[in-house]
Amino acid sequence: MYRYVITRLTQGVVVLLVVSFICFGMFQFIGDPVVTLAGQYATQAQQEEVRIKMGLDKPFYIQYFIFLKNALRGNFGLSYVTQTPVLGLIFERLPASIELAISAMLIALILGIGLGVIASLNPRHFISRFIMVGSLFGISLPTFLTGILLIIIFAVKLRLLPVFGRGEVIKIAGNWRTGFFTIDGLRHLILPAFTLGTYQMAVLLRLTRGGMLEVLREDYIRTARAKGVPPKIIIFKHALRNALIPIVTMSGLQFGSLIAFSTVTETIFQWPGAGNLLLTAIYETDYPVIVSYIMIASIFILCINLVVDILYGFLNPKIRYTEIKYK
Amino acid sequence: MIRVFKSKRFYHYIKDISAVTSSLILIIMLIGAIFAPIIAPQNPYDMKGLYLEDSLKPPIWMEGGRAPFILGTDDQGRDILSTILYGCRVSFTVGFSVIIIAGIIGVTIGLLAGFYKGLLDAVTMRLADTIFSFSNTLIAMLFLGVLKKHGIGTVILAIIITDWVRYARVMRGSVLSVKEEDYISAAKAIGASNLRIMFKHILSNAIPPIWVITAVNFGDAIMLEATLSFLGVGIPINKPSLGMMISMGRKYIYAGKLWLVVFPAVALASIVVSINLLADWLREEINPKIYKGQS
Repeated sequence: MYRYVITRLTQGVVVLLVVSFICFGMFQFIGDPVVTLAGQYATQAQQEEVRIKMGLDKPFYIQYFIFLKNALRGNFGLSYVTQTPVLGLIFERLPASIELAISAMLIALILGIGLGVIASLNPRHFISRFIMVGSLFGISLPTFLTGILLIIIFAVKLRLLPVFGRGEVIKIAGNWRTGFFTIDGLRHLILPAFTLGTYQMAVLLRLTRGGMLEVLREDYIRTARAKGVPPKIIIFKHALRNALIPIVTMSGLQFGSLIAFSTVTETIFQWPGAGNLLLTAIYETDYPVIVSYIMIASIFILCINLVVDILYGFLNPKIRYTEIKYK
Repeated sequence: MIRVFKSKRFYHYIKDISAVTSSLILIIMLIGAIFAPIIAPQNPYDMKGLYLEDSLKPPIWMEGGRAPFILGTDDQGRDILSTILYGCRVSFTVGFSVIIIAGIIGVTIGLLAGFYKGLLDAVTMRLADTIFSFSNTLIAMLFLGVLKKHGIGTVILAIIITDWVRYARVMRGSVLSVKEEDYISAAKAIGASNLRIMFKHILSNAIPPIWVITAVNFGDAIMLEATLSFLGVGIPINKPSLGMMISMGRKYIYAGKLWLVVFPAVALASIVVSINLLADWLREEINPKIYKGQS
């Protein structure tokens, strides 16, 4: 078990190194931030000054090692645009993103698994069919389209919900401002959370239904039925628990796309999160922000995957970690 | 030809209303896209043909709408219907290019990894895992965001970078199970070369699951292109694609000018929903274990 976790951690570190190297490689060959920084009309001398000040005159590998050294100390450099520490910029935005992601994932898990179970119990019932058609739209509509359709229905037509920003937030520990405890904050959360959660919900729903349909046909379910176990216990204890195993893996793998789609969602709803920051950084060619965002996102993704893998072992004790290899 | 119509699979297909409807929709959209220069009332790429006094006209059946702008115009005076037709061209070009190129790369890698195993297998599958957990949208977005040259070619490249992974994984799994079959041992026993076994015996038997993946990836590629264009890192602004149209029309929904968003959205949704319906049908056809509603 420990050996497995250590192996996975080492692999994670290797992935992080590769990611950081790719980022740096790309920046080296594409575009010149000096032009962005000094402005288009700067003289040669002004450009050189900026280049030396930012350390952009040094060879690639030295820039890379300087970056790594600083990154390990939590120093990701200054933003080209605002001239403030990048890590601070991102951490300031993270609470908003995390709250949005958690709400979306909760919606996806509860509704996805719940509706998936309903659709699997009586596959021919019209409710099940209706759910399946809905899920088809859920996986087919890109997140930005879901968001805009929700805005058109709930904000433009029905005028029920706000679509701009986070609303009223309260400061809790440190810099963490939360929208969870005010009615206004929650109202602002509804549309973005559903936008971000819809696709994940549809994916989980289809997985749950597929898994349940397979499990419900197993002999042990028939045995349980025959000996008179109440249906509720059969569904939730015998069947769902086994059908959940692929779902756990999948929701870990979905985390990357959750981050990606949160960028889309945050742009649509002007949500002051890290994804919004990333897009602004892309438009402004603010490399330090982009690089740090990628690094932080990678750390998040790798950690979540590790946690999910460990969780997988608890759900399915048959798996021996030392045996895991590509079969 | 007649054999196709008499086959069991064709019978299943013709009996499945959703599969037939969705392929009809796709064929219509495809014809519209291919013949866009002939059908479309206006060429939206030709800036000289656009007049600002035509801008923001509503669809023809609403007050203020007028011919030839059947579905209205956008803020540049572009005819929405024409732009949709040209936008579908972009979508289909991206979709087809991605499934063909990524398909060839992914299937080859999967075949080699499954057949030879060893280091190649370990390295490519680790790489595939990593790419998969980072998600194709995130990687494509960052790739295009960093790369400042935008165009249909770079969008296709950005999607291929991640898209081969699914083919490679499925192909590898399929090869591993086919490899154990008796006819492979038989081929080995009569002295067939590795290449012959791989490409003649294994490839043809391991490929069916790839068709499902191809359909799913086709829809995903179109969806991803739309998302990237929506975010402004995809197709350049002078060549409107469906995602770009929705992004530009977004400003006007609060003013009640919904036609700028709704029509491209319907076009995009009907393409992707139809493809996913076909993918569902293919999945059940190839793996009939879980048949629709019958379990």
